[in-house]
Amino acid sequence: MTLLNELATPIVMGLMLGGLYAVIALGLSLVFGVIKEINIAHGDLVILGSYFGYVAMTVFGIDPILSLIIGMPILFGIGFVIQKYLFNRAFKISMDATLIIAFGLSLILQNTYQLIWTPMARGLTTSYALESFSAGPVHVPLVYLLDFLAAIAVMLFLHLFLKRTYLGRAIRAAAQNRKTAHLMGINTDRVYAYTFAISMALAAVAGVFLGLTFSFTPISGMSFLIIALGVVVLGGMGSIVGTFVGGITFGLAQTLGGYFFGVAAQMLVAYVMVLVVLAVIPRGIFGR
Amino acid sequence: MPEETLLKVSHIDVFHGSFQALWDVSLEIKPAEIVAIIGANGSGKSTLLDAISGLVHPAKGSIEFEGKNISALEPFRIVDLGISQVPEGRMVFPDLTVLENLVIGSYNRKARSKREQNLQRAYQLFPVLKERKNQLAKTLSGGEQQMLALGRGLMSDPKLILIDEMSLGLAPILVNEIYRTLREIRDQGITILFVEQNVRRSLTEADRAYIMEVGRVVLSGDVAKLREEEKVKKAYFGT
Repeated sequence: MTLLNELATPIVMGLMLGGLYAVIALGLSLVFGVIKEINIAHGDLVILGSYFGYVAMTVFGIDPILSLIIGMPILFGIGFVIQKYLFNRAFKISMDATLIIAFGLSLILQNTYQLIWTPMARGLTTSYALESFSAGPVHVPLVYLLDFLAAIAVMLFLHLFLKRTYLGRAIRAAAQNRKTAHLMGINTDRVYAYTFAISMALAAVAGVFLGLTFSFTPISGMSFLIIALGVVVLGGMGSIVGTFVGGITFGLAQTLGGYFFGVAAQMLVAYVMVLVVLAVIPRGIFGR
Repeated sequence: MPEETLLKVSHIDVFHGSFQALWDVSLEIKPAEIVAIIGANGSGKSTLLDAISGLVHPAKGSIEFEGKNISALEPFRIVDLGISQVPEGRMVFPDLTVLENLVIGSYNRKARSKREQNLQRAYQLFPVLKERKNQLAKTLSGGEQQMLALGRGLMSDPKLILIDEMSLGLAPILVNEIYRTLREIRDQGITILFVEQNVRRSLTEADRAYIMEVGRVVLSGDVAKLREEEKVKKAYFGT
């Protein structure tokens, strides 16, 4: 019985951390599912969200979560421009071109962060960032709970948007059959720009909650990109629920791996789990 | 006074990379006609429809719709102008419901205001779509998917509807039914251009036809005249 009690905390932490991973991965999943672009600059763009929250907090004294009210539209706009003027054009050249351009973007972002904020690790250290709460045997940092709630909220919003709006339906249609979407009178260039813009708004949210949960540096983007890729590949491309399940699975593997094998092993356990699942279900848990 | 031409394709060449799919192809369609393009696989029929829809652009020649040159337009603009295509293989969006598929057909702004009206028209022409409106499109039978694709094609409020290989994989009785509905659609004022491999059916259902081989138009005219043509008889009817 005490084993269950002892496991309770890692399990709950794994679930909640998984929620954060899901939000981080969601933008990547959306862009890959709809535009079929693997945006390897995604991690760095999430970190852009983190730095944005950092600036809001340290320069303007605004709570990072609150700053999302401005942060999301700004990153939305940046994303729209990036897809419309950069990736749409690269896409017309070749698939490789988009990968190379994304890589270039990643380098530019990392170096810009380094120039502005130095390699020093930063964090969004708000007053509540250090608090924890207990419920029975469970003892969890408060931000983890916030991460999880944010994940639920974000996924709900995205789901409703995709299901109920014309643009949302156009995005789903373009994801399923690009040529036929053209025949429906859908301007796919524009739809893709909006899709990327949405993924950036998601990255803004992900970045802020990431910054509340972990410390980050100019090159943190890469580590989170790899986690996001693991999550997306695990849960199946282009599925909101899949990304969530993938995130939770990853988070659980990490915390339970850390519990049983030590903190140093936790990421290894998570990645091995990804490989094992893929060996059995190559398309991912919810993949089509 | 000459009847105005709705669609005029003039001497177009279309390439897929370095492969030439269409050679000097011309065709003309007048309002309220039903015109067939007949030919075997690889004759370029689908490429011709794709060129009209703007999915590929001709390297030479021009395409005019209601007097306006559309050869260089993006596909979504051509839908705006009133040309709708029901693609080969139906291509319904598998993970959208029947209703969502129909609604997405009215995506362009002009069609949105007439959405309810066109939806009711689709239901009236194909009652099964109303029955199954909340089912995912991938759960429909082949025939039902074809009706969905057609209904969806009508949602953009088109003046001209292009239909690519409608009868593929469908039982003849079902195909008869759908062609009967096509005539109803024409009677509502929509012009129809369809592509068919089945020569007999094409010459029964259409007013005029173009016969294509290896990327060229080899024969064209009223179906009555074509049926009598020696070449057609020999090649397709074996007499």
